Amino acid sequence: MSRLTLLFWQLMVAVVALSLWQFFATVPVFGRMLLPPFFFSTPVDVASQIYKWFATGVIWKHLMITLWESVLAFVIGSVGGVLVGFWFARQPRVAAVFDPYVKMMNALPRVVLAPIFALWLGLGIWSKVALGVTLVFFIVFFNVYQGVKEVSTTVLDNGRMLGMSERQLTRHVYWPSALSWMFSSLHTAVGFAVVGAVVGEYLGSAAGLGYLIQQAEGVFDVGAVFAGMFVLSAFVILIDFGVTLVERRLLVWRPAPVARD
Amino acid sequence: MDTVQPTAVALDEATVAFRLADARVYTAVEKARLSVAHGEFVAIVGPTGCGKSTLLNVAAGLLKPAAGAVRIFDQPLTGLNRDAGYLFQADALFPWKTAIDNVAIGLEIKGAPRAMALERAQGWLTSVGLGAFGNRYPHMLSGGQRKRVGLAQVLIRDPKILLMDEPFGPLDAQTRQIMGNLLLELWTADRKAVLFVTHDLEEAIALADRVVIMSAGPGARIIGDWKVALPRPRDISEVRMEKQFHELHREIWSVLKDEVMKGYAQSSQAAEAS
Repeated sequence: MSRLTLLFWQLMVAVVALSLWQFFATVPVFGRMLLPPFFFSTPVDVASQIYKWFATGVIWKHLMITLWESVLAFVIGSVGGVLVGFWFARQPRVAAVFDPYVKMMNALPRVVLAPIFALWLGLGIWSKVALGVTLVFFIVFFNVYQGVKEVSTTVLDNGRMLGMSERQLTRHVYWPSALSWMFSSLHTAVGFAVVGAVVGEYLGSAAGLGYLIQQAEGVFDVGAVFAGMFVLSAFVILIDFGVTLVERRLLVWRPAPVARD
Repeated sequence: MDTVQPTAVALDEATVAFRLADARVYTAVEKARLSVAHGEFVAIVGPTGCGKSTLLNVAAGLLKPAAGAVRIFDQPLTGLNRDAGYLFQADALFPWKTAIDNVAIGLEIKGAPRAMALERAQGWLTSVGLGAFGNRYPHMLSGGQRKRVGLAQVLIRDPKILLMDEPFGPLDAQTRQIMGNLLLELWTADRKAVLFVTHDLEEAIALADRVVIMSAGPGARIIGDWKVALPRPRDISEVRMEKQFHELHREIWSVLKDEVMKGYAQSSQAAEAS
């Protein structure tokens, strides 16, 4: 399929879905609305809500808050995950001691931590950042840990034979290997940073996309709930695109995955 | 060649043993006695799994012998062998570095300024015929090209001893010949002591000054040592046509053949047992 035809069909899916939605929400079938607007709103209402948000500029403040929380959660979680993952991988004894606790923490559904964080850190951005961090940290941690553990022994021996000290091995062998694994988890990590931020906002905040959705739901404004969801998806897609760009730039040395058609 | 040559590598009754998972001890190499003179090219040939690579790792200092001694230029070896460059059988290039960075790293870690290291690396890439490939990453190079980069990576440090573990093993026949000739050319320009492990007897005779035969493992021993008196410079593909080559090949093969059969029988037994 050429790029254009692909784009055409992708657009068609949206057009058909939205048309069906609009149709069943406005035209009664056998005297009944299949999608009562009270519960399902209509695409036109949702679009006008989104337009209103952007036209008045209300949305920017919320977007910026959510973006900021996600970025902070991502950066703090990643840095922590890289450092601890690296440390554990290089110190198997430390890893062995902490192993059950790491597993325990990771098994815990992170949403239950949200009230605790709200209690400790207040209703501002930091309780959301903390929630995002707990999600991002473990993904990055496990990947980096694995990455350092699985450095090829031949490459390591080669480094040693070329005269590398332990510090140089860390810099030239362990570190790049760990980073490449971290980047392979980047998409998931970014996604989870956003999840942490939005869920945190939803559970108690004064600003952000999660707050917007929660407010709309509180007054049964289904149109605004859908509008918030659309803005959120677009937001995540944009961030993900940014991640792809960064990844392409930093992982040029990796063979491109073989595409199968 | 008239002066007394110092011994570059000397293994004195070196025994290498590994502890297996079930606490039994597996003796890979037993009482190996081997010496490589300065500037000499020695090839080790043996059946698969006989511990040829183990012997090389001992000479490199990556493995410690359970008994016996390793001396490098008449000094006992402690830790890694700093005089040696090691060309591995498997891909050992740093995949996250470009070809030129892979070659330059050997100088950079010694503290050479980057500009100078890159310049020398470019020179070495040119000598191995990859002058225009410096900015490629290893995955963009063919197997033969990666071996060339590996060779440059090792040689840029100017090691006095070159250890090579079936370096051309994974390559196709033509590329092997080209690489063999390249190796001989570089070695002739600057004679280093070479310890070259291979399972290919023809390759060993074509390249080396001496061919050493190992018995099948476990407890592999060195069971033969032949001088290769073929004149140099040699061309790998042409030297194989010579009468002297055939005679030597037949003579060594008569010894090696039994070991190869033994090694084969043992590995199939081991496969049945497991």
